[in-house]
Amino acid sequence: MRSFQSMLNYFPEEVLEHVFDFLTSHRDRNAVSLVCKSWYTVERFSREKVFIGNCYAISPERLISRFPRVRSLTLKGKPHFADFNLVPHDWGGYVQPWIESMAKGGVNLEELRLKRMLVSDESLELLANFFPNFKSLVLVSCEGFTTDGLAAIASNCRFLRELDLQEIEVEDRRGQWLSCFPDSCTSLVSLNFACLKGEVNLASLERLVARCRNLRSLRVNHAVPIDALQRILMQAPQLVDLGTGSFGQDPDSDSYNKLETAMQQCTSITSLSGFLEVVTARCLPAVYPICRHLTSLNLSYAAGIYSDELVKLIRHCNKLERLLVLDTIGDKGLGVVASTCKELQELRVFPSDIHGGNAAVTEEGLVAISAGCPKLNSILYFCQQMTNAALIMVAKNCPNFIRFRLATLNPTIPDAVTMQPLDEGFGAIVKSCKGLKRLSVSGLLTDQLFLYIGIYAEQLEMLSIAFAGDSDKGMFYVLNGCKKLKKLEIRDSPFGDVALLEDMGKYETMRSLWMSSCEVTLGACKTLAQKMPRLNVEIINDSDQMEASDDDKQRVEKMYLYRTLVGPRKDAPDFVWTL
Amino acid sequence: MAIVGLGLETELRLGLPGGGGGVSCLVEKNEKKRVFSDISGDQNNEPKTVNKSQVVGWPPVCSYRRKNSFKGDEGSKMYMKVSMDGAPFLRKIDLSTHKNYLDLVLALDNLFGCFGIGEALKNSENSDYVLIYEDKDGDWMLAGDVPWEMFSESCKRLRIKKRVDAKGIGLHAKDLLKGISNGE
Repeated sequence: MRSFQSMLNYFPEEVLEHVFDFLTSHRDRNAVSLVCKSWYTVERFSREKVFIGNCYAISPERLISRFPRVRSLTLKGKPHFADFNLVPHDWGGYVQPWIESMAKGGVNLEELRLKRMLVSDESLELLANFFPNFKSLVLVSCEGFTTDGLAAIASNCRFLRELDLQEIEVEDRRGQWLSCFPDSCTSLVSLNFACLKGEVNLASLERLVARCRNLRSLRVNHAVPIDALQRILMQAPQLVDLGTGSFGQDPDSDSYNKLETAMQQCTSITSLSGFLEVVTARCLPAVYPICRHLTSLNLSYAAGIYSDELVKLIRHCNKLERLLVLDTIGDKGLGVVASTCKELQELRVFPSDIHGGNAAVTEEGLVAISAGCPKLNSILYFCQQMTNAALIMVAKNCPNFIRFRLATLNPTIPDAVTMQPLDEGFGAIVKSCKGLKRLSVSGLLTDQLFLYIGIYAEQLEMLSIAFAGDSDKGMFYVLNGCKKLKKLEIRDSPFGDVALLEDMGKYETMRSLWMSSCEVTLGACKTLAQKMPRLNVEIINDSDQMEASDDDKQRVEKMYLYRTLVGPRKDAPDFVWTL
Repeated sequence: MAIVGLGLETELRLGLPGGGGGVSCLVEKNEKKRVFSDISGDQNNEPKTVNKSQVVGWPPVCSYRRKNSFKGDEGSKMYMKVSMDGAPFLRKIDLSTHKNYLDLVLALDNLFGCFGIGEALKNSENSDYVLIYEDKDGDWMLAGDVPWEMFSESCKRLRIKKRVDAKGIGLHAKDLLKGISNGE
């Protein structure tokens, strides 16, 4: 035993490092670094990709000091409910201090992926000018920059491979940012500017595509019309992922034929999105030839494609693994998906009309999908109504769900047939899907459901609750039962101080807890903050609903708490109180 | 299976906790929990379909998608009429291009600047004007009470009224400015 032990001690570090190279997941690397001091040391010098799920859990200085060789950084800022306008724009999540520190610290940054962060033009300029090997920028749901910042990236990042913007409002400064890519730039592999509202220089775009022979993924915005798209496709038949832009003109037969020809050349496309402004469906058949190779199809911004055209298109897509659509597809359309897309793994059905209206899908569509698509493991489903019977059937058909998110358009609607709460239906889901990691529930729900979740959802990491539950027991069941819970977000539910304070240590095992419009009081939040120094307990007081007077009994409208190693943040705006 | 904690013993069974069923049970629950209908201002505790458009952030669709993939009046633009007492014609303003009350007030200043509204709204006590809006229910509300997002989702038209006409209702432009100074 002793000699084996000593053998391990003389294991050369290079060998360890080589072994660690095979560990790609940050969770594995985190685990490995806990084994012993020497493994910790080898791991930290060899880690190149760092994932930080909450930018306020740690500081840039500590990141650089522990992982000096970091080349790729992923950062997430605002809490998830910021997506739904529950968090003011200037709450925080600035990337600037991270970029400044890395620039000062001589980090050789090559890749930056940000979600829900505030990014300024200044940050982008710093990024472009201080990191000569910078290759990849992915921004999701970020804000704060303009096309000037993009111009800086385009102009200065000589080896840029990836520029990917998703679901961002970018202020258009009309500076022709796309034209800023120099003629010497030939390294682009992925370019996604589908969300931009402004114009781009079409000639520049065509030239850029022509010289980037390694371009695999191109998603253009609404300002790129069909004839320009056709010319681009002729230059890039090697594309694997295409975002079509507007696809909105009504072309003459000559343009249409050219488009058809161009599409037929693109035999490698497996992922398709766009159709941002389809007005008439006449051009859609041009896309049919590539449909049979598609594994991913995103029509969730294609408000102009009506149900029957949608269905016609989908009938050609029998290899689909991932489908995003609007609820205009209807239950019948989902039936077609169920009979056509046998390889389907992920489905997202978004509402087309915020007030519900005449479209919308029901429990029937969901049941049909579950019956027809046995490989389904991830769903986001906005629906008019739901029943327990349907959810029980879905649970039986698809025990492999990893992500299950349901949102009824009326958030407290009961079972449409029995008028009972939807506890049993969701209960069946958590009981059957032993690998469930993410769950969002909706509809009329009582504490009973949370009891089921606490007992059965052993792998659950993220739970979203809205307008649900009866009492503190509900929240307690979840916190007590779900051992792997990382993120809990709750709005408009009657959970209060007793549940919040029952097991304060639990929050150090989680990334964060969000509670808004619940029954939690200021006093309880203060108690929690005082007892748990390694948590930041923040109150967002954005509409002046709370008096500065220390009335501990007043209800807190929005509370966000998260574990952190660096204490209260210094950039909190006036309306955020860190207790 | 008994769960011990908070001094509770419960058992797993089908059906609603507390036994019984039907409407009375639901009503009892509604009294305890903060129902959706309470938020939308409905005083009746009966469970029923409610005016979903009055709740911020429901359905949970991200704001980019809200602005870009919906048909109908939600569309990408939120143009609404702005009238001002004493001005000979109305203007239109696109609410979706503004992020907060400060932004809006500055834009209104640009639109109607020659009538001195910007100046007026900055000097709260001396302000000659108040900003009111008509919401989805048809009620006229003082701008600035609710968070920006809730306001922009429910506002249908705006009106800049002379303070003299609004006397006696206890309107204070400083409430609007409080919202502005909080950085909303």
